[in-house]
Amino acid sequence: MIDVHREAYREEARELLVELESSLLDLEERPDDKELIGRVFRAMHTIKGSGAMFGFDDIAGFTHQIETVYDRVRQGEIPVTKELINLTLTAKDIIKSMLDEDPQCEAPEGLTPSGVEDAFKRLVAKDEAVNPPKSPAFAAQPEGASLPPFQTATCRIRFAPQREIFLNGTNPIMLLNELRSQGECEIVAHTELVPPIKEINPEYCYTYWDVILTTDRGIDAVKDVFIFVEDQCDLKMEIIDYQSDEDAGENHKRLGEILVEKGDLGREDLQKILSEKKYLGEILVGKGLITPGKVEAALVEQEHLRTIREKAKTKDEPAASIRVPAEKLDILVNLVGELVTVQARLSQTASLLQNVDVASIAEEVERLTEELRDNTLNIRMLPIGTTFGRFKRLVRDLSQELGKEIELTTEGEETELDKTVIEQLNDPLVHLIRNCVDHGIESPETRVANNKPPAGIIHLSASHSGAHVVIRIRDDGKGLDKEVLLTKAVEKGFIHSNTELTEKEIFNLIFLPGFSTAQSVTNVSGRGVGMDVVKRAMATLRGTIEISSEKGTGTLVTIKLPLTLAIVEGLLVAISNQYFVLPLSIVEECVELTEEDTKKSHGRNTAHIRGELVPYIRLRKEFAVPGKPPAIEQIVVTGHNGDRIGFVVDNVIGEHQTVIKNLGRLYKDVEGISGATILGDGTVALIVDVPKLIDKAIQTEERYN
Amino acid sequence: MNKRIMTVDDFAGIRHMVSATLQEAGYEVVEAKDGRDALSKLESTQVDMVITDLNMPNLDGIGLVEDMRANMAYKFIPIIMLTTESRDSQKQKCKFAGVTGWLSKPFKPEQLLTTVRKVLG
Repeated sequence: MIDVHREAYREEARELLVELESSLLDLEERPDDKELIGRVFRAMHTIKGSGAMFGFDDIAGFTHQIETVYDRVRQGEIPVTKELINLTLTAKDIIKSMLDEDPQCEAPEGLTPSGVEDAFKRLVAKDEAVNPPKSPAFAAQPEGASLPPFQTATCRIRFAPQREIFLNGTNPIMLLNELRSQGECEIVAHTELVPPIKEINPEYCYTYWDVILTTDRGIDAVKDVFIFVEDQCDLKMEIIDYQSDEDAGENHKRLGEILVEKGDLGREDLQKILSEKKYLGEILVGKGLITPGKVEAALVEQEHLRTIREKAKTKDEPAASIRVPAEKLDILVNLVGELVTVQARLSQTASLLQNVDVASIAEEVERLTEELRDNTLNIRMLPIGTTFGRFKRLVRDLSQELGKEIELTTEGEETELDKTVIEQLNDPLVHLIRNCVDHGIESPETRVANNKPPAGIIHLSASHSGAHVVIRIRDDGKGLDKEVLLTKAVEKGFIHSNTELTEKEIFNLIFLPGFSTAQSVTNVSGRGVGMDVVKRAMATLRGTIEISSEKGTGTLVTIKLPLTLAIVEGLLVAISNQYFVLPLSIVEECVELTEEDTKKSHGRNTAHIRGELVPYIRLRKEFAVPGKPPAIEQIVVTGHNGDRIGFVVDNVIGEHQTVIKNLGRLYKDVEGISGATILGDGTVALIVDVPKLIDKAIQTEERYN
Repeated sequence: MNKRIMTVDDFAGIRHMVSATLQEAGYEVVEAKDGRDALSKLESTQVDMVITDLNMPNLDGIGLVEDMRANMAYKFIPIIMLTTESRDSQKQKCKFAGVTGWLSKPFKPEQLLTTVRKVLG
């Protein structure tokens, strides 16, 4: 773009030079023609001024000399002589050759630019004996690059513009706004000079302002704000506080001191008033010594300094955060896990010993351990925002690839989740978003045809809900077509053609392995290996995933995740002498199961709970625990993806907060167990993988059918 | 609505540079080639601000400012004068005519924008 401008400059300057030449020749004949002199001056002026803007510094510098001379000619200080005209014509030729950047035709009559320049200077010199030379108007402006950093300072400004300030097109509010942009700023307007409405001249400014500004840009920057109005206003500016003042700490200035310092109040008056012991401000105003506005301004100043100093104090504290390698945190979490286990044993032992001293120590340890555990786990919490941020790029690239217009909006980036959860969440989320981009959002043409804006929106949000984090991915695309889903499911043999499914069940079909409804497989998604993987990933994270959709208006995917993977709030249950833990988050209720009930259901493993038929799984059978069940068993009813399924155990012991331990390599592939935990007495309790067990049961059931 | 600024300069290069800078910053721009042209365009176009050169044929910058300030309709429009001189006497003259602010040539696009924002907010 600059080159275009340079070229434009060259062209225009050439035209100007032609015009200059003819003006000069005319001037030779009529040396007193003011109009002609003006024209020559203007031509030089323009060549100089614009030349510098487009990088022709040599031309600008050279022309400056000639312009200076012609300025004086214009003022009648230097006469138009043949010598001058000749010199100017030569100068014109030199400028032309500078413009053409052609060394060949330089200096037509053997005159170099500096030679001509000197000749002009000589011309001026004749005159300069009388008038001292002016400082070069053409000094380069200093570059602000290497300015030293300024100290943070608070200054007090009283800005009282002349009444006529509006007549120059100045809006004082703009100046105040500019001050505001320079730092912490308080402004008090004084309006006591505003006359009664009949006498007001709406073209006058009657207001003046007191400003307290804390800035680190230096006093010159503050002065620069008023650069255009400095002679049109009464401006008082003084620095009243440096933040680095070591002893400035506590002693705030009193109201009276501020008023005296600002010259709003005499010291004797202050002394007199102070002896009366009332609120100073009230008294002063009451006595008419001072206007309420001035008291207010002083009070604002007091308050401003106080807050600034407090801020400075907190700022001086050591760095707010430190970086630590993630492994160190993992080790810490593990150690805390061990500690929690040992502490549980201590508590249990203490209660057995029935020793008051030991019991009180155990209680203390328990309290501390709990706090330590919560704090440690908190350290690993990270805001989900960084993950969200990455998706912006993903959506942008994908939508470009597919020729769609899609905007990704996010919400709740500050929601915190355990680092490990966030890490494992990335891939499933990428998959879901790819699906939205590929299948959800239609092409711009289709959207417009359906009365939608051409650009689709994918909204990603995260929020807390109890001990869970809920992540929602919503798009305003075409939504899921239930009919298509059903047909596909029947086609692929997932369901019978006469199966009645609820809306939720239909949508859940998507999560079946090998299910894909995309018309064609693109390289973005649609191979049918997606959603089941997503679902499995969610299960590993002990989370749930749900889909709801309305055809034509969009799809909403809701993911519910536990805050942390390291700890699970569990329900401790027992079968014979073995302990198991069920995640409390999915437990809905516990009911009894008597032998009689079992008989009534004719071996069909379902129980009537308040009129609802709830299928159950016998954990004793599932895990092949030896022994005979008691006469009254317990069903722990869990809610999973909207279904209610019970787990039959011997005994429900109670709530148990568990630090999860992995089962080690050997037991990696054990189905139905997701981990283990150590109880207070040292026994191991296995954590039941509820979703896995349910899936397994459903599959077995289907095989029988 | 975008603020509209009029740039007045007899030199098209400057006019274009000012226009391009302002348009890029989101302002609407009207160009005029000298003071007289500016006044005639002001009659039909409402502007929020004027940036004018000082030395121009027909009607120069000072003349334009004086004419504008004498007219009720343009009395309070902010006007920035582009000058090559940083002499105080010239500033005084501008100021006296009713100029709101000034900018010395040569200037960079950022300097122009800073000045515009200072006056126009």
